[in-house]
Amino acid sequence: MTLWWIGNAVLLLVIVPVVVILLRGVLGAARDTTRAVERLQPVADAASKDLDAVELLGTTQEQVSQTVAVVANYGGSLDTILEDA
Amino acid sequence: MEPAAVVTLIAVVLVILALVFYLVSVILELRKITTGLDAVIGSVGEILQKTEPVNGVVDHINKDLSAGTDLLEGLLDKKAGQDDAAGLVESVFPGAGASVLARQGRTGEVKNIDEVYTRGAVQLARLGRESPLGVGAMSGGALRDPTYSSAAARAIYTNPSGPVADEPGGPTHRPRSPVIGTEDSGG
Repeated sequence: MTLWWIGNAVLLLVIVPVVVILLRGVLGAARDTTRAVERLQPVADAASKDLDAVELLGTTQEQVSQTVAVVANYGGSLDTILEDA
Repeated sequence: MEPAAVVTLIAVVLVILALVFYLVSVILELRKITTGLDAVIGSVGEILQKTEPVNGVVDHINKDLSAGTDLLEGLLDKKAGQDDAAGLVESVFPGAGASVLARQGRTGEVKNIDEVYTRGAVQLARLGRESPLGVGAMSGGALRDPTYSSAAARAIYTNPSGPVADEPGGPTHRPRSPVIGTEDSGG
């Protein structure tokens, strides 16, 4: 009978608090994760919106190609006009 | 029932209640996380989709610009000489002269043209010296000879004010056109 009471005391004073502390830790981590995900959502939306201009890179590519072609033509003309060193 | 058994039962019930409460709370939080991640993954997918062509396009742009740079540097090497080419690039883009030397396969100190000439002046000087418009040696007279230029012009056009030809057999002056109402036309 004495051992049973000792067991009851251990159960109430040690095991129950430890279980509660561990479960509160898990719940706290889950709530932190929820807040982080909620903050992540507008950031991802904004990042996606910022990348709308990436489509213009195709135009930039064409413009660069045309500009380099024009520069090459100017270079060829300069090569003809100017004497070598 | 014995009191010890009652206490044991109460303790076990407390543990079970705590487990139920916290585990249900964790499940609810995990469901919120799942919902949030479902929303985020859509945006992340858009980001991936939008950035997919970036590497290829940027590589293409870099390739074009590198070709243009190589072309202009080659032209500069050819026209200004390797020593001056690195110095000219250094004078316009400080720090870039060393990379020009490296691309030329050379090492050493970049000729500091900018200390001797004001920026850009050396380019103009070199263009003037080497272009057909400024034919002439660097030493000696001015690149543009005013006398020669004037003589050349006079060889082409008659002297409108002189009564005689500038040179034997050369063109003579032409009389001015009559101004109506100021001279007697003889008629």
